Amino acid sequence: MRRIVKSRLFWPVAALILLILINTIARPQFVRITFQDGRLYGALIDILRNSAPLMLVSLGMTIVIATRGIDLSVGAVMAVSGAVALTIIDGSADPNSLGTVIVALVAAILVSLVLGMWNGLLVAVLGIQPIIATLVLMLAGRGVALLITGGFITTVNSSPFEFIASGYTLLLPFAFFISIAAIAAVGLAERRTALGVLTEAVGINPEASRLAGVRSRSIIWTAYAASGVLSGIAGVIYASNIRAADANAAGQFIELYAILAVVLGGTSLMGGKFSVAGTVVGVFIIQTLNSTILFLGVPSAQSPVFFAVVVVIVVVIQSPHLHRLTRSLIRSIRTNQTPEANGTTTNGESAGEESTSDVEVTV
Amino acid sequence: MPAETTVPPIVEMRSITISFPGVLALDNVDFLLHPGEVHSLMGENGAGKSTLIKALTGVYAIDRGSIRVAGRRNQFHSTADAQAAGISTVYQEINLCTNLSVGENVMLGHEPRRGVLIDWRAAHRQAAEHLEGLGLSIDTRSMLSSHSIAIQQLVAISRAMVLDAKVLILDEPTSSLDREEVEQLFRVVRGLRDNGVAILFVSHFLDQVYEISDRITVLRNGRLVGSYLVDDLPREELVTKMIGRELDDLAAISSTAAREIDRTGRPILKAVDVGKRGFLEPADVDVFEGEVVGIAGLLGSGRTELVRLLYGADRADSGNIEVGGEPAKMTSPRHAIDHHIAFSSENRRAEGIVSDLTIAENIVLGLQARQGFRKIKRAEQESVVSQYIEALGVRPADPTMIAGNLSGGNQQRVLLARWLATAPELLILDEPTRGIDVGAKADIQRKVAELSENGLSVIFISSELEEVLRLAQRVVVMRDRKHIGELESHTVSLDGLIDFIANEGKGSAA
Repeated sequence: MRRIVKSRLFWPVAALILLILINTIARPQFVRITFQDGRLYGALIDILRNSAPLMLVSLGMTIVIATRGIDLSVGAVMAVSGAVALTIIDGSADPNSLGTVIVALVAAILVSLVLGMWNGLLVAVLGIQPIIATLVLMLAGRGVALLITGGFITTVNSSPFEFIASGYTLLLPFAFFISIAAIAAVGLAERRTALGVLTEAVGINPEASRLAGVRSRSIIWTAYAASGVLSGIAGVIYASNIRAADANAAGQFIELYAILAVVLGGTSLMGGKFSVAGTVVGVFIIQTLNSTILFLGVPSAQSPVFFAVVVVIVVVIQSPHLHRLTRSLIRSIRTNQTPEANGTTTNGESAGEESTSDVEVTV
Repeated sequence: MPAETTVPPIVEMRSITISFPGVLALDNVDFLLHPGEVHSLMGENGAGKSTLIKALTGVYAIDRGSIRVAGRRNQFHSTADAQAAGISTVYQEINLCTNLSVGENVMLGHEPRRGVLIDWRAAHRQAAEHLEGLGLSIDTRSMLSSHSIAIQQLVAISRAMVLDAKVLILDEPTSSLDREEVEQLFRVVRGLRDNGVAILFVSHFLDQVYEISDRITVLRNGRLVGSYLVDDLPREELVTKMIGRELDDLAAISSTAAREIDRTGRPILKAVDVGKRGFLEPADVDVFEGEVVGIAGLLGSGRTELVRLLYGADRADSGNIEVGGEPAKMTSPRHAIDHHIAFSSENRRAEGIVSDLTIAENIVLGLQARQGFRKIKRAEQESVVSQYIEALGVRPADPTMIAGNLSGGNQQRVLLARWLATAPELLILDEPTRGIDVGAKADIQRKVAELSENGLSVIFISSELEEVLRLAQRVVVMRDRKHIGELESHTVSLDGLIDFIANEGKGSAA
């Protein structure tokens, strides 16, 4: 068991280290961390800070994908959440009071929970395909956000609110601690309770799980609700960072990056077995890649291509098919060196069921 | 007639050896297949039958040995290669496109063309000819999915004929067919044999093997035991050769059926008029403590439907169920589980095993589901898992092994463990012994007998009537989705039961 988890995480971690190495070789100050006014600064610290929204969204996405679902509405939920928080702070008498900000945050998160529950209702109770069910909110959510802000980009000046994205605690960015808390919360909920194994069971075989007495409906519902809440918090961090609620830009395309992070982390889109640690690494790969683009000064017009090329390389490196191909190639080179009867073959794979993708090399 | 070896073999496999990491799947096995014979490949699960077939069809590469097809040395690298050489396989799970029409499936890849376009009219005409060649007159434009599994299998066979197959491999083709469908299949098989096609047949049903085969080859633990003409190999000898030990175990179980059951008290489960429109006509069933109630009937007779309603896997629209004298609503499996009822589906892979989880996780799943999100303590999990792996003889006895990789018999043991761990009062087993080897079958029967002696009530469904008569004290007989009667099993013989299934209640059913 431990060995499987290890081998699963091996490639994502290797890709992350490789990215950091390339950056460091290109410009050694990439890994430099400076200490100033009781705070740490540096490119790596920025990655920890800036990855927070994607981290939260991807954690939620991981759970949803484990149930064989997908949540396309995460970006829209971020927009709604930011709009709710900023509208409350903007409308209050004292935007700088901690109380106001707390009320705004609680309201934003509650609204996100409701949106997540809505997705869960469509998928778990009404049996609508996840991609369609969440597409509804993906399209409608930004309209709701615009409705809340009255069609404007609401901006605020509220120091407690700004602290969420820009503040520091214990040397490190506060946003990073939100990430840590979310990772811990999801990790504990999945591994310390039975939620994890039940979620996997539902994702692998819904009917067998139902007959075994698993409450699959509430498990699926919980997954979407959690995704909603995590996206809501991500929306608040995003809004705090730009000090504004931008219904169109908030969380744009983040659903795609989140899915990418989950897949890079080794969780299959087919549902079932999932890895929270893998997703965390996946998020750091994406964030490091974004920093790399800035850091290496890739022209903005070319940055999507650069991003795409690197992602393709990382995905190909992880492909089990490629591993099998390399393994049997190595083996065939080895057998070539020892004389053997003609017509003998080596087979690259074991008794596994992947009958169609078996790779064979004739000597 | 076949069986004489004057004709050179069409398939000649010599000294085949295949090893997988840690296992020698085939060890120096010879196998000859002659044109115009039906040749059964027998062996327990894990004996190497499927590995041998996969070696022949190019799914697995061989480590040592040689394969000659029609005299030419051949090494296939894919099933497509094998097909091109005239070897076609029809599996239990149909490998056709159910969303295409019958004709399209038969002609797929070999459609007659007019220029670059497919001449569909000619294609359907040719398909119809091929089907009629097998005595099958169905509309070639109908969707394949609208036909029964039996018809789909025949379509798969006629597709093999389009590919001009010299060798036809039938891998467990009869598992989900009823008696008549098996007859139809066998008629087709005999026809093909008489036309010189070599047929390799794999089945767990001994009766069918003896009915259709000319020759039997037995494998055990990856080694060849021997190849025999069917007349030279009595059944008992075949079973002995397959499992390598005398099988007196089954005889010992027969005492269960005669055991007296006290039916004066309150039944564990009492169902009155439970039915669902278009699914099952209202039926009554009751089960007493420590009793094994068998349900006999052909496939599609309503036996699975009945237990699914009792368990809440499907919702009944009529009738009442009482558990221990109290009325109970069975609207979902959860309710049944809360009433200490457990149900193991006939469909092991689709509705039983959670394939990517480990043996341990699969065993604990039922217990965990009942407990909710609060995780069962690791120490407790481990003790439950090791207790049941031990008690049921799950092999390999490694709790961290992925359950999807187990053989059918061991998956069944894991499922039994899952349910026994929840300490049920009523255990419903739907075809627990289907498609598993003789040894595992005996183990499971013995376990059921032992549990019922200790007070567990069991509803036991099986296509093998001997098994039902051996285990159950009372047999409920179903036909055409209707409860047609109940028999005390010690008052009825196997022939009597078959007669009852076939004839009883004919008048009232009409």
